[in-house]
Amino acid sequence: MNNSSSTSPSSTLLSFENVSMTFDDGTKALDNVSFGINASEFVTVVGPSGCGKSTLLRIASNLEANTGGTCSIDRNSIGYVFQDATLMPWRTVARNVELIAELHKLPKAERHQLAAQAIELVGLSGFEDKYPRQLSGGMRMRASLARSLVMKPKVFLFDEPFGALDEITRERLNDELLRLFQHEGFAGLFITHSITEAVYMSTKVLVMSARPGKIIAEFDVPFAYPRNHDLRYEAEFGELCGKISHALRGAHQ
Amino acid sequence: MSAVNPISSPVDEVIPDRRDKFSFADYVGPVVVFLVFIGFWYLLSTVVLPEQKRFLLPTPHTVIKEGFFVWNSGERRGLQPILMSLWDSAKVALLGLGITIVMGMSLAVLMSSSRWLERATWPYLVAVQSAPVLALTPLIRALIDGTQTQRLLVVVLIAIFPIVSNTLFGLLSADKSQHELFTLQGASKWTRLVKLQFPAALPNIFVGLRISAGLAVIGAVVGDFYFRQGGVVGIGAQIDVYRNRLWGPELITAIILASTLGLVVFLFFGWVSRRAIGKWHIINRGH
Ligand SMILES: Nc1ncnc2c1ncn2[C@@H]1O[C@H](COP(=O)(O)OP(=O)(O)OP(=O)(O)O)[C@@H](O)[C@H]1O
Ligand SMILES: [Mg+2]
Repeated sequence: MNNSSSTSPSSTLLSFENVSMTFDDGTKALDNVSFGINASEFVTVVGPSGCGKSTLLRIASNLEANTGGTCSIDRNSIGYVFQDATLMPWRTVARNVELIAELHKLPKAERHQLAAQAIELVGLSGFEDKYPRQLSGGMRMRASLARSLVMKPKVFLFDEPFGALDEITRERLNDELLRLFQHEGFAGLFITHSITEAVYMSTKVLVMSARPGKIIAEFDVPFAYPRNHDLRYEAEFGELCGKISHALRGAHQ
Repeated sequence: MSAVNPISSPVDEVIPDRRDKFSFADYVGPVVVFLVFIGFWYLLSTVVLPEQKRFLLPTPHTVIKEGFFVWNSGERRGLQPILMSLWDSAKVALLGLGITIVMGMSLAVLMSSSRWLERATWPYLVAVQSAPVLALTPLIRALIDGTQTQRLLVVVLIAIFPIVSNTLFGLLSADKSQHELFTLQGASKWTRLVKLQFPAALPNIFVGLRISAGLAVIGAVVGDFYFRQGGVVGIGAQIDVYRNRLWGPELITAIILASTLGLVVFLFFGWVSRRAIGKWHIINRGH
């Protein structure tokens, strides 16, 4: 509803200003949410289940219209990675990765080239001709990432993309996503239930309260990129996780 | 994008390509059933049926000798006239099936795009599906000229329901998140139909096709039972003649060949289906 499709004057690529959301059935999912994300910022939102995290992304991508406040984003340049890979089972990896470019009516040759690059970037080279049913969950997620990468979006929305994966695969994909983040310089908005993942990935972690979702705490993450796997076991890292966990506990009551 | 080194290659294992492989057991099954069937047939025609009624069901070897191995003995008896009429019916069945597929799939597309239209159409489709075509024959004869058109109409009436219902079910089966992916890219209704709903519907469409194909053959046989022209007769009319004259071997031969036609069409669509979607469609047998 109050979506404006222009970018704000600063380098803020995505901003929420007093965004509220009440669904038709009266469910109040979001209450006065305000924050902004600049280019090369990676913001992660953690919060209790059902507090409105997905709703936040759905408003940002205009799948849902907010009932109050303003959300500004360049709508032509959004990448959205769903919780499940949402690959088309009848398309090979290569054809799946091409899909978004195809929907934007890019010429075939360009499409092929962009898809090949994206596939290489997510480490799926050699699997171009496989069908999704032949891939493991982690590989499907890589293909899904590659599909969103093809159009080089300025804003990337991730709705618990690695939630269904085992820890090792998740950590590996964390590293790969960070690499892409550093290279592409997009603005990232990431949803997760894992505090470790949130801290490891982000420049900033936001904690949301139980429904109706409000931002109740904000933590800047001081660690420089590129981040190393062992960062997770450093004292400072653990301390920050502890603080976030504490805030989250508060959010649950 | 091309400037950076590719990130590490996945060590996640690729799930092995496991398809249903043909094995010896796949052939043994049908052969055993066939032998049981032949045995049962002999039992019926030599033991179960009373002596004076055995002409109704001649033994298998009599059928082969007098039905399949007589080319043409006049009065439209023999394999040649049976094959001719079978060919005549096959043409009606295939043309009718083509019309049914085009009409049925178009109707399903329309129904999938409008909930209102879907609700308005369903009851009548079900009615067509359960209406006894036999009872409609006088009406069809009164309304439509030309036996050929009448026969095609019977095929369409009998065969259309599975195509419509399966296609519609398939078109509406795409995931919500897949639809949202298309919404995010501002895809048009047509793009959505062609690139998402139609491919997602293919497994169901092929189920509908196989059922409708068999029904189209039945429709053609029933159709030429009721709508015939002087000289040209379809297999249904031929069967009727043999039945009236109590020519057992020819009757059974004609029935077997008509069923074979149905089987061939069914197998053909199974083959097309495997070619078209076998690579990606997952069949879960639960073991
Ligand atoms: N279309 C809708 N109509 C009514 N209520 C809805 C709708 N979509 C979501 N909700 C409700 O809004 C609230 C927030 O939902 P949302 O999916 O954003 O939660 P979430 O934080 O993503 O939860 P999870 O962590 O479990 O994914 C939930 O209580 C949900 O039931
Ligand atoms: Mg959610």
